[in-house]
Amino acid sequence: MSDESPKAPSLAPVSLEDPHLQPYAKHPGRAEALAAAAMVIGFLGFIGFGITYWISDQTQWEAATLGGGMLALGVGAIAWGKYLMPQGPFVEERHDFHSTEAERDAMTAAIVERGGMVVQRRKVLGGLFALGSTAMGVVIAFPLIRSLGPKPATSRQATNTDTSLFATNWKENSQLVTADGRIVKVADLDVGGVLTVFPKGHEGSSPDQTILIRLAQIGPDDPPFQLESPGRTDWGVQGYVAYSKMCTHLGCPVGLYQKLTQQLVCPCHQSIFNVASGCIPEFGPAPRPLPQLPLKVDAFGNLRSQSGYQQAIGPGFWERP
Amino acid sequence: MIDSSLRWVDDRLGIAKGGRTFLDKIFPDHWSFMLGEIALYSFVVLLGTGVFLSLYYIPSAHEIVYHGGYLPLQGQKVSEAYASSVGLSFDVKSGLLMRQAHHWSADIFLGSIAVHMARVFFTGAFRKPREFNWIVGVTMLLLGIVNGFLGYSLPDDLVSGTGIRIAYSILESIPLAGSYLGTFLFGGNYPGNGIIIPRFYLLHILIVPALIVGLLAAHLGLLVKQKHTQFKGRGKTEHNVVGSPMFPTFMAKTTGFLFVTTAVTFILAGFAQINPIWQFGQYEPFQISYAVQPDWYMGWLDGALRIMPSWEFVGWGHTIPLEVLLPAVIFPGIIFNVFFAWPFIEARHTNDLAYHNLLDRPRDRPKRTGAGAMMLMLMFMVFGASSTDVLANFFQVPLNSVLWFFRIAVPLIPVITYFVTVKICEEMRGAEGIGKRKPPNVVHRSASGEFSTVPAEARPGDGHEELEAVPVPAFIDMVPADLATGPGIRRVMR
Repeated sequence: MSDESPKAPSLAPVSLEDPHLQPYAKHPGRAEALAAAAMVIGFLGFIGFGITYWISDQTQWEAATLGGGMLALGVGAIAWGKYLMPQGPFVEERHDFHSTEAERDAMTAAIVERGGMVVQRRKVLGGLFALGSTAMGVVIAFPLIRSLGPKPATSRQATNTDTSLFATNWKENSQLVTADGRIVKVADLDVGGVLTVFPKGHEGSSPDQTILIRLAQIGPDDPPFQLESPGRTDWGVQGYVAYSKMCTHLGCPVGLYQKLTQQLVCPCHQSIFNVASGCIPEFGPAPRPLPQLPLKVDAFGNLRSQSGYQQAIGPGFWERP
Repeated sequence: MIDSSLRWVDDRLGIAKGGRTFLDKIFPDHWSFMLGEIALYSFVVLLGTGVFLSLYYIPSAHEIVYHGGYLPLQGQKVSEAYASSVGLSFDVKSGLLMRQAHHWSADIFLGSIAVHMARVFFTGAFRKPREFNWIVGVTMLLLGIVNGFLGYSLPDDLVSGTGIRIAYSILESIPLAGSYLGTFLFGGNYPGNGIIIPRFYLLHILIVPALIVGLLAAHLGLLVKQKHTQFKGRGKTEHNVVGSPMFPTFMAKTTGFLFVTTAVTFILAGFAQINPIWQFGQYEPFQISYAVQPDWYMGWLDGALRIMPSWEFVGWGHTIPLEVLLPAVIFPGIIFNVFFAWPFIEARHTNDLAYHNLLDRPRDRPKRTGAGAMMLMLMFMVFGASSTDVLANFFQVPLNSVLWFFRIAVPLIPVITYFVTVKICEEMRGAEGIGKRKPPNVVHRSASGEFSTVPAEARPGDGHEELEAVPVPAFIDMVPADLATGPGIRRVMR
């Protein structure tokens, strides 16, 4: 057949003996037996699923019977279609679906000339309608976007953690408690121990999550534990240090502490922070050290914060200086 | 019966002519055309199982005390979303099967879209006149990825909550608008006021699926209007389609295939555990587990985030977290823009304005095939990079080495892949008789011991008879007769 002779669909009846209508299978009887067997298995599978559902609700049996039933029925249908239905090959002509040049010109003219005619005559109306619909588009976006949630507090002095990325609930003298509200005492952790702590009254709060680590066993009268970060030598107390648990990369909890190397590892993207030298990022995508929380011990041996965090915790954002 | 009902409908709608054409629509027989069907049928499974799940799932972050069938959780404070997700797994009959089937079919859906897209790409099926359908398809891929993420975020378990946290931080990284996007969408600073779960639910079960259904209808409508592409072959031209008719052959095969796709999904759902949320536990913003990884179709983004160096830009009182913005916003933006624009990029490059209904063999377009292989390799490498910690553990090598391997390999290996692929294609194209059946040869040995090969002459048994493709007959003479209407039979020599 050449490219230039498209055939119209024939309306003349063809004989049942036409080779195009014969099955693809060399042994149609065998193919039919295969398809029939598959469909019987499928039927039995569905019966099995029905029984399973009522007597046991066992997931594996349900999957085996339902899935097996569908698989077998599907194989039967495919075998029927592939091996037993008219093998063809059949052909269909493609027709150009693009319009003629004249039709295209007419369409263009309808838009350009008719539209042009209307706009030319009533320029003011066109302008006003455009103005009105633009205004509508803009103001409809207000409730659609602005009503969604509160505006973020972009000032560094903001204190509401619901809206400010700068704020936490850590204040001067906040008491350290665990997620279930238990007060953390200076005797609670051995060297290498870690605990997730919150300011009392804000247990489980996301921005306040802080990881408390005991780096050394130092009594109250021993010389203070020397941190390598300048200006922060007195931020730890009796071998304890505390850092924001929120990763500076994407905010995952930096939950893995490697005692041997004194490193904190973020399980999400493997940023590694060196705890002994101010939690500076040593490896991975985190750009900044974890902010440190200055600690102290009160008269009852309870751990407290000297102050809140002195910088924004967590990942970077535009308003962060 | 059929006749009178059809007449009744046709009197009112005039469907007979178009309907007949539709029943006669020809589907080319090639296995690669089945990949899109897998995507279509997984979507059917997604809709069906999704409706089942939505009967039991409660989209609420409200905290309740768990009293369900899963004893380890008894008496713990959990969100309603988490409790209902665990509940529909254990307390609803067949619920676990349906939930796992839903999750598996999402993974199969996106996997089959990716492979279908590769088929369309490597064979050039996206060329004129099918650019619209390529764009519709890429949009559905994008929506599919988005809806997959929204869906696995709903159970409010530890893994999904971590994913939402990361998504929030990615929003936050966008210059100027970041903080606003975060508080608007979440109803406040992370974790927000609990509105995110109902919002994700609305998007997941209504808005995004409705968009996908609309695009799917467009995808199939365009396919019917523009007709299938086909590979080159005997009797196949730019102006016809050769294969099986819609009714009954294709319909039987494709219905069977719908069952098979569903069957495989349900067998996986029953025997291969996926997303065991009761083991992860309720999400708490301060808890985390080891080997936190998203579903496979998000892996490429996670990998890109992992290998990115820590290049935060700070200046003029502002921070631009490039270590997040580049891999999680700019990188996928570029990738999808390249996807969308590819038909036009290629047409401009090749200056090709012609209609193409015959498919290319990948080897015949070395540069396109090279570019496709490069993209696949890039995706594969960044996907691999999302497992740096697992790989380091498995191979017992330092994490640093694995990370540095990927930092170098991700940009380098795809480029190498391009040149190697182009070279392979060119070599294949240059080979004699490529793509053709080799004729039998006769080896002669001359008197001086020299060997020579001569193609054998055609012998009577070499050829076979093959049917000429004919239009699907409308009327079949149901009474068997002798072979009155002689079909075109042609003799094909090997």
